[in-house]
Amino acid sequence: MIVNVNRFKCGYCGACVGVCPAGALELIETWIEVDTTCTGCGVCAKICPVGALELNEK
Amino acid sequence: MKNKYDVIIVGAGPGGSITAKTAASGGLDVLLIEKRQEIGDPVRCAEGVGKDALKKHIEPDNKWIASEIKGSKIFSPDGTEIKMSEDASSGMKVGYVLERKVFDRVLAQEAAMAGAEVMVKTRATGLLRSNGKVTGIKAMYMGETHNINADIVIGADGIESKVGRWGGIDTALKPNDIETGAQFLVSNIEPGDYNQFYLGDNYAPGGYLWVFPKGKHMANVGLGILGSKSGNVRAISRLHRFLETYMPKGKIVEMVVGGVPVSGPIKQTVADGLILVGDAARQSDPLTGGGITNAMDAGKMAAEVCIKANEKGDYSVKTLKEYEDKWRSTIGKELSKSLQVKNLLVKLNDEQLNQLAHSLDGIDTSKMELPSLLFALFKKNPKILWELKTLFV
Repeated sequence: MIVNVNRFKCGYCGACVGVCPAGALELIETWIEVDTTCTGCGVCAKICPVGALELNEK
Repeated sequence: MKNKYDVIIVGAGPGGSITAKTAASGGLDVLLIEKRQEIGDPVRCAEGVGKDALKKHIEPDNKWIASEIKGSKIFSPDGTEIKMSEDASSGMKVGYVLERKVFDRVLAQEAAMAGAEVMVKTRATGLLRSNGKVTGIKAMYMGETHNINADIVIGADGIESKVGRWGGIDTALKPNDIETGAQFLVSNIEPGDYNQFYLGDNYAPGGYLWVFPKGKHMANVGLGILGSKSGNVRAISRLHRFLETYMPKGKIVEMVVGGVPVSGPIKQTVADGLILVGDAARQSDPLTGGGITNAMDAGKMAAEVCIKANEKGDYSVKTLKEYEDKWRSTIGKELSKSLQVKNLLVKLNDEQLNQLAHSLDGIDTSKMELPSLLFALFKKNPKILWELKTLFV
């Protein structure tokens, strides 16, 4: 997983899911799941209204 | 739950519920699924809606109207006020601020009464296919996956839509195609009875900040910023800053976050056995961000085409394309105009926005709707607004 979701910050609005070019994100009830197709492009982290997503430093 | 329906609708927002209601009223066997446990909650909406557009679908009812709105006030970055959309001649109110939690449930209830089956806490996890055509969904309910067949699957699954992507339609939004927003329901304030819009980099770069009254002492106070201008400072931080400065006595009783598609019409919204409706089809207005009545209009169109497809026994693009043609020639045209205005507005700096507002000095805008206001601005500021000229021929 290249993107980390801080689920204590996340407002589970799904905006990140809408911008993910890889379709790697999914909003399930009150949390975001990231699958293995994540490329680490960071668009989700950029547009998150509360800043709940961060790219893993590697 | 049966294992086969005529139509399965994924998502019980206004678009999905109107689709379900219309299709069921037309005699189709309909399943409406909602992944959340509760329809209508949590809200991801500023809840403003035009009266006339709404009345086409449902008789207004005080149990889901939080406020009636007299008109709008737009504030340029330096605070210049433009009052508009008042219908003083008849004393009519021009818009509503809804109570979406109640409104969405009423629409789902109407779908149910029309004969649709409704399932909550039921999430589509994929599509069933046969010979390249969509033939149903995989759905998870209480941890168990079920295959449910349908002649047509409707994706009314909002900003986070996956149904289109699964069906081969790329609905991914670029940062320029989304407004990322935050909103507080603020109590202990006196918001008046106008919807207020604040423009400028100080409030919401590439978007606007809104105050939509909900009763005498509360309002939805929120802002949306263009995704490409989001990053270091988040929507939520900007909103906190606004409240501290302009509504220091305001008390936050609810928090809402969300994204609004502002891409304008996308290339494709149907496939064999598949139709997209509402935010999932990116049918929200790129200028205002409003999407409720567009979704409801589109849902009705989609259901009517489903009824025809059912009569013909053909669920291919050939038949479903009628939906695509119909929404493009109506909703789509408006979206394209709004997109043109949005694309220009996001390029203007605060000084230019102020200049536009000042140019209306001495002009009575109070009865104008958005198109006539834009035309008045265009006449006064042809240089700044030249690229909008095609809107006025």
